[in-house]
Amino acid sequence: MTEFWKRFSKHRGAVAGLVILFLIVLLAVLAPFLFPKSPWAMVQRPFLPPFENATYFLGTDTMGRDLASGLAHGAYVSLLVGLVSTVVSLLIGIPIGALAGYFGGIVDDVLMRFTELFQSVPSFALAVVLVAIFQPSITSIVVAIAIVSWPPVARLLRGEVMSLKSRDFVDAAVLSGQRSFTIIWRQILPNTLSPIIVLASMMVAAAILVESALSFMGLGDANVMSWGYIIGAGRTVIRQAWWVSFFPGVAILLTVLALNLVGEGLNDALNPRLSRKGRQA
Amino acid sequence: MNTIGTGEKPVIHPGSLKRPEGEPIVRIEKLSIALPEGADRVFAVDRLSIDIHPGEIVCIVGESGSGKSMSANALMGLLPDLVTVAQGRILLGGENLLKLSANALYDIRGRRVAMIFQEPMTALNPLMKVSAQIEEVFEAHGLLTTRERRQRALDLLEEVGLPDPQRAARSYPFQLSGGQRQRVMIAMALALEPEVLIADEPTTALDVTTQAQILDLIRRLQRTHNMAVMFITHDFGVVAEIADQVTVMQHGQVVEQGTADEVLLSPGHSYTRKLIAAIPSGMANERPAKEKNATGPLLHVEKLSKTYFMGSGLFGKQRQVHAVKEVSFSLERGETLGIVGESGSGKSSVGRCLVRLQDPSGGHILLDGEDIATLKGEALRAMRRRIQMVFQDPYSSLNPREKVGRIIASGPIAFGEDNAAAYKEAERLLELVGLDARAAERYPHEFSGGQRQRIGIARALALKPEIIVADEAVSALDVSIQAQVLDLLEELKRTFNLSLVFITHDLRVAAKICDRVLVMQTGEAVEMGSARTIFENPQHTYTRNLIEAIPGRAKEARIAALASA
Repeated sequence: MTEFWKRFSKHRGAVAGLVILFLIVLLAVLAPFLFPKSPWAMVQRPFLPPFENATYFLGTDTMGRDLASGLAHGAYVSLLVGLVSTVVSLLIGIPIGALAGYFGGIVDDVLMRFTELFQSVPSFALAVVLVAIFQPSITSIVVAIAIVSWPPVARLLRGEVMSLKSRDFVDAAVLSGQRSFTIIWRQILPNTLSPIIVLASMMVAAAILVESALSFMGLGDANVMSWGYIIGAGRTVIRQAWWVSFFPGVAILLTVLALNLVGEGLNDALNPRLSRKGRQA
Repeated sequence: MNTIGTGEKPVIHPGSLKRPEGEPIVRIEKLSIALPEGADRVFAVDRLSIDIHPGEIVCIVGESGSGKSMSANALMGLLPDLVTVAQGRILLGGENLLKLSANALYDIRGRRVAMIFQEPMTALNPLMKVSAQIEEVFEAHGLLTTRERRQRALDLLEEVGLPDPQRAARSYPFQLSGGQRQRVMIAMALALEPEVLIADEPTTALDVTTQAQILDLIRRLQRTHNMAVMFITHDFGVVAEIADQVTVMQHGQVVEQGTADEVLLSPGHSYTRKLIAAIPSGMANERPAKEKNATGPLLHVEKLSKTYFMGSGLFGKQRQVHAVKEVSFSLERGETLGIVGESGSGKSSVGRCLVRLQDPSGGHILLDGEDIATLKGEALRAMRRRIQMVFQDPYSSLNPREKVGRIIASGPIAFGEDNAAAYKEAERLLELVGLDARAAERYPHEFSGGQRQRIGIARALALKPEIIVADEAVSALDVSIQAQVLDLLEELKRTFNLSLVFITHDLRVAAKICDRVLVMQTGEAVEMGSARTIFENPQHTYTRNLIEAIPGRAKEARIAALASA
């Protein structure tokens, strides 16, 4: 573990990403205390520019709602959607990929054709359709994102499992009488952990972007303030009130950037042999 | 200058000082290479001094981690980024290579110093035809016209003794055998007529007969071109075949230097003596024949066959490879049967069929009279605990994410044993194979190759099997470790009255451990008999070839004669 931190902290961008991510999580957690009022409450005159009023330092939107409060509460929604949808898509993708890779043959064929079915539809269009069918809500958004983003997980897992399956320690496990599911669970999956963690960190970032895009198009949950929704609502007035779209845009940019940096750092730390640091002995 | 641990002084024989007239072509002077901080020692190579004269083969011998390859890489200017030269000089014809610019080094590599590697498959570009790869050497140095290059490539392929140079030139590396690829590597190294050839374990990945041919080739080329050769190896048998001068290294330091005869016949340093003693002698001991069991042999294999089907592309014809052709043998309780052959002889396929990691295509495997060749499902699972396997590669055969205790205990647990009891048994087994019981709490990467192989043996024993199939179980280990692991197997075999199927390409190892030996060639059993008969009176030509190809046989006989005198 200390070895891991040493390698991770060598990647300066990753450390910076981790700090940004920590601050955003902190903001999301503290939002109810920092901004006890509902982010939907109209608190000042509309179109209040930023840095003019000390209480509402980021200004207000078209309806006079506090932009800072919206950002803080939105952080919670964005992170929640990102994390939960990633977990759900891992829960779909990992078993499918592992089974396909381990058993091969007809199992592999069936599962991979099924996966390709999802990959052959443009994923964002599919997400839009799914959310539209199920009525926009946090749950339907999470489900939609998960459904469109699991195929890469399954493909990654399948490849990893196929290569691990031919290793001697898996043969040894077969010989020692372990059953297939024990072998997948105890011998193979622990060894796929690092690529999964790396992929997952990038998937959280992608999910946040999809959620924002859905909200921007008006397909967000009408009851929660999210970054995408704020940008969507502010886009018609972008020439009069740039800040309404600008600040949530920056928030999304920073979060996604931070997640990607952390993912890259994890990749270097977990796969030391693949890192780009000089020639090894 | 003290060696680590023993405090024993290095032995420098007079023969290493009395050398041919004239200047050495390579002179390494007090070379020290520093390892990065946190490594297990400060210097990878510590004050190494070697002279190599034209027309001389200098062997650097040592076990893994002794710094022998690092010395060769320094000479080529190919040190990894993390290590640095702390002191010393490497003179090539009087010029210090360590002071040269990168550009000057480019010119020296290939033209004056060339190198051949252990694994010719990874050293050759898989996507380039052989001829093009040789032509590239001339191109890189801006020599000759395209036509001349092609002609030179052909000449070189002929010189290194490839049977059909025209065809070889048009082939891709994967279409050639290991020995042929090594010949191509040698042709590339010779292309610019270098003064110095560095050979880093060039025959370690090859079969004995191929190894003998490649050693011959290097010897012949070295004579005709009057090259200086720096030959790196861990095998004293190879040293006996080829060396003029020998330098023995341990932990980065020179422990003994002298002519081949001096070092081999009168080794002065205890480490050298240990290495030479650890070489299995290739002489089979007389072993009492196992009593025939009244109920018949424990394992009886009848006409075992294994055929692989390989599709070639979408519309290509399916190709059949008969890896094992109707092989029959039997194994008594408490007996060790060696299966010996070169790569591609089908010996590993036999082993994998015996433990049912592969399904045999035909024949019967009778274990106590029950045919296990066609068992399926639960019946197969129940049988597994009776035949266990020890694998070749101690690195890939242990799950890096499981603790050692769990690795050993997982077999009994899978068969329904209580967790606590299985872990307790695992600790006992660890002690039995010569490790500490506390090893159970650690992960495999904390152990050396030899220790890992002991863990693999403990895992195989955990299910209390009657038969253990050891597939090249000691091939990946250093000689001294190899001897220890062989002794351990022998001892365990006696304690538990195990039967052992020992699959190996190394006849010396087979001679040491086996009661009976089965010799395989291209899927067929060509000869079978007691180890002693096979080694002293081989009947089949192939067996005779294999035995004659064992490196250093002639010299070993001399050592043995000296020892008994």
